[in-house]
Amino acid sequence: MTGPGNHTDYPLLLWPAAASHAATHVDYLISAFTAVTLLLTVPIFIAITYFALVYRAGRKVERGHTSDRNVKIEMSWMLIPFFLTLGFFAWGAQIFDTAKHPPGNAMTIQGIGRQWMWKFEHPGGQAEINDLHVPTGQAIVINMISQDVIHSLYLPAFRVQMETLPGRYTQVWFQADRPGTYRMYCSEYCGTDHSVMNGQIYVMTPGDYEHWLNSAGSSISLAGGGKRLFASYGCTGCHGAASTVRAPSLAGLFGRPVPLASGGTLVTDKNYVRDKILNPDHNLIAGYKQVMPSFNGVIPEDEMIQLMAYIETMQEVQP
Amino acid sequence: MSPSDAVLRDPGTPRITIDRPADYLHAEHTLRSWFFTTDHKRIALLYLASITGFFVLGAVAAGLIRLSLLVPNGQIFTNDTYNKLFTMHGVIMIWFFLIPSIPATFGNFLIPLMIGAKDLAFPKLNLLSWYIFMGGSLFAVVVLIVGGVDTGWTFYAPFSTTYSNTYVIPALLGVIVVGFSSILTGLNFVVTIHKMRCPGMTWFRMPIFVWTHYAVSLIFLLGTPVITMALILLVMERAFHIGVFDPRLGGDPVLFEHLFWFYSHPAVYIMVLPGMGVITELVAAFSQKRVFGYKFVAYASIGLASITFLVWGHHMFVNGQSQLASTVFSFLSFAVAVPSAVKVYNWTATIHKGAIRLDTPMLYAMGYIGLFVLGGLTGLFLATLAVDAHLHDTYFVVAHFHYIMVGGTMLAFLGGLHYWWPKFTGRMYPEAWGRVGAFLIFIGFNVTFFPQFILGYLGMPRRYHEYPPEFQLLNVLSSAGSTILAVGYLFPMVYLIWSLWFGKRAPANPWQAKGLEWTTTSPPPPHNFLRTPVVDYEPYDYAIKAREVG
Repeated sequence: MTGPGNHTDYPLLLWPAAASHAATHVDYLISAFTAVTLLLTVPIFIAITYFALVYRAGRKVERGHTSDRNVKIEMSWMLIPFFLTLGFFAWGAQIFDTAKHPPGNAMTIQGIGRQWMWKFEHPGGQAEINDLHVPTGQAIVINMISQDVIHSLYLPAFRVQMETLPGRYTQVWFQADRPGTYRMYCSEYCGTDHSVMNGQIYVMTPGDYEHWLNSAGSSISLAGGGKRLFASYGCTGCHGAASTVRAPSLAGLFGRPVPLASGGTLVTDKNYVRDKILNPDHNLIAGYKQVMPSFNGVIPEDEMIQLMAYIETMQEVQP
Repeated sequence: MSPSDAVLRDPGTPRITIDRPADYLHAEHTLRSWFFTTDHKRIALLYLASITGFFVLGAVAAGLIRLSLLVPNGQIFTNDTYNKLFTMHGVIMIWFFLIPSIPATFGNFLIPLMIGAKDLAFPKLNLLSWYIFMGGSLFAVVVLIVGGVDTGWTFYAPFSTTYSNTYVIPALLGVIVVGFSSILTGLNFVVTIHKMRCPGMTWFRMPIFVWTHYAVSLIFLLGTPVITMALILLVMERAFHIGVFDPRLGGDPVLFEHLFWFYSHPAVYIMVLPGMGVITELVAAFSQKRVFGYKFVAYASIGLASITFLVWGHHMFVNGQSQLASTVFSFLSFAVAVPSAVKVYNWTATIHKGAIRLDTPMLYAMGYIGLFVLGGLTGLFLATLAVDAHLHDTYFVVAHFHYIMVGGTMLAFLGGLHYWWPKFTGRMYPEAWGRVGAFLIFIGFNVTFFPQFILGYLGMPRRYHEYPPEFQLLNVLSSAGSTILAVGYLFPMVYLIWSLWFGKRAPANPWQAKGLEWTTTSPPPPHNFLRTPVVDYEPYDYAIKAREVG
C-alpha cells in the first residue's frame, strides 16, 4: 500500500505513486519523451565539450573546409526534431482528450474549495472536509466550484489537476485502480494558508466504500436536500407543476437546447442553470417574460449543489 | 601606468597632459554629469547599478525562501511572511531585474556602438526612461519591503482584487509605471536601429545582438501596453469595485489570466532573446569564427518574437479553457521549439573548427547553452497537454523557468558583463577569479534547481510554505545548492568592483573580436567614435583569421 504515511519510510523519494491506469499512461509518455530529449541533447553536450577541447586556440588541428552556412543541414536540424516532438504533442493531446471526457456511467462527487479547505459531498449526502473517499473501478467526476478565489484540485497519484474557479463549475475525473492513501493538494496559490489547503484521498475497494458511506451517515441525499430547498426558496411557486405563473418547466432541463430571446440557442448545463438562478436577466429565454428575482448572494454554493442535484432528478422523473 | 591612471591613484601628482581625448567616464566628474547625462553609455551604467541593487534584494528574498524550506513544517517564518517573501522575490526579479537586465544595460550601451551611431535616436527620452524606471521600481520595492504584498508576481484575481489584505495597489502602480519605461526603451531602440546605422551598416551586417534587441523592442512595444491595461483594470476593481474579474461583481477571473499571460509569456522572450544575442556574440568571438547560419539566426529572433504572442494559452490548460483552444496552444508551443533549436544547433556549429579560448565569458556561454537546452526542452514537456495536467503549478515549473531565466538570462548577463567589462570600464577583470566564479555559479545553480524537477514530478506544488515530510531531503539539497550559488554570485560582485581601481588597463580590443564596438577605444569617447565608421565588410568577419590560426 502506497500512501503518505509510508512515504516517510523513504528518505529519498524519486518516483510518485500511480493510482490509476491513466497515471501509468502519463508516466509512459513522460519516460518516452525524456528518452527522445536525451537523444536530441546529449549529442549537443558532447559536441560542445569535444569541440571546445579539440579546437582550443593554439592547438594544431585541421580547421579547413568549414562553411558558415548550409541550408540543407539547417533545415534538417530544424524540422526533424520538430516532427519527432510532434508525436508527443499528439500523444499528450490524446490522453488529455480522454481526461476531458468522463465515461457516461461515472459517479459525480461535488467539491467546494474555499480559503483554506476542501469540502466534498457524495450523492447520498455524505460530506467530508479535506478528505475524499472513493471506490476503485468506478469513474469518479469531481464537479467543483470555489466560494472565493481561484483554487486548484491537484491529485498527483492520478496525474490530474483542475482549477476550481469562483462563479463557474469545472470538472476533473479519474478512475482509481489501486487502493491506498494518496495526497491531495491545492495547487493554485490562494493566500495565507494555501500550503495547508490539502488532505488525503482514500481509495477503497467498492465494498469498503459502501461500508464507509454507511458509517459516514447522512440523513438526506443531495437531491433530497435540494427538493426541500426548492420549496423553501419558493422555486415551486413558479416552476412547480401546479404553478399558475408562466415559467419554463425544469423537467429534463440539462442538455436541452434552449431558444434565446436574442436569437440562437444555448445548450443548458450546470453553469448555465447556476448563472440563471443568480442572474435571471442573463440569456433571456424566448417566449417568457423575465419576472424571476435574483438569488445572487442568497444561495450559498453548497445549497446550490443540492438544488442542482434535485433539478437533475427532475430530468429522470419527467421524460 | 598610463597618465590618467596616475592622476586617479595620487591626487598629489602634478597634472600631466593627456594625449587623447577623455573617455566618456572621465569627460566629466560631477554628480550632475551622471544624473542629467544623455550619453547612452552613462545611462546604461545607471541602469547597471540600479538593477544590480534590485538583484541583490531579490536574491536575499530567494535565500530566505530557501532557508524557510529547509524544514517541512514552516516554522522559520509565518505563512504570511513566506508569501510576502516569494512575492517580493518574483516581482523584483522579473519586473525590476530580468526584464530590464540586458536590454537596458548592454542594449543601451552597445546598440549605438554596434551600428556605428553617436547615441540612441532620442537621448533625452532614454534618460526619462531611467527616471520612470527608478520612480516606479523604488516605490514598489519600498512597498514590498515595508508593507509587503502576498499575491505572487502573477497578481491573479479575484485574490488580488478582493481577498488579499496587503498593499496590492501601490505595488501594482509601481509595476504599471515601470512598464512605460520599457515602452520608451523599445521605441528608442526601434527608431535607432532603423535610422541611425552608419554608412555601409546594412540590416544583414548587423550583429545578432542588435537583431535580438530589435525583436525584443517589438515585444516591448506590442506587449507592454496589454499588461499595463490589465493591471489598471485590477486597480480599478480593487479600488472602485468595478467588476471585471471577480464573479461576485459580474467579472470573469479567467479573463485576467488571459490578459496577464498575453503579455507575460512574451515577457519570457524579453528575458530570453537578449541573452541569445549576447551568447551569439560570445560564441563567435571566442571561437574566432563567423556565426553559422547568420541569416537563419537573425530570422529566428524575429520568428521567436512573433510566435511568442500566440502561445499564452499554454499557461491555462487546467483552468477551464476550451479543449480546442488548449490543443491549438499546445501545438503552437511546440512550434516555438523550431527557432530555439536553430539557435542552439547553430551555436554548436559555430564552435566546430573554431579557435576556441575558454575565457570566463566563453565558460558562461557554454554553461548557458547547456542550461538553456534543458530549460527549453522541459518547456516542451509542459507544453504537452497530458503532462501539464500533472506538472502544472508544481516545482517542475519552478525549475523549468529558473533554467530559462537564471541558467539562460542570468548566465548570459554575467557572460556579457565580463566580455564587455573592458569596453564599459577600460579595465580587465581578473581571469582566474572569473573562471572560478563561473564554475561555482554553474554548479550551485544545478544543485539548487535540478532537485526541483524531481520535486515537481513527485507532486510538490509551488508556493508552498509547509510541505509533506517526504520532500524534505530534496529541499535540503536545493537549499544547500543555493548557498553555493550565492557564493558564486559574490565572486564577480567583489572582483569586478575591485577591478575598477586595480584591474589591468584594457586595450581597445582585448578579445580580437569583430564588431564596431571594438574599433573604438576602451572606454569609448563621449560620442563613441572619433570619426564616423564606414562598413564595407560582412558581420563576424573572422574567416581569414581562423584559417591563419589553423
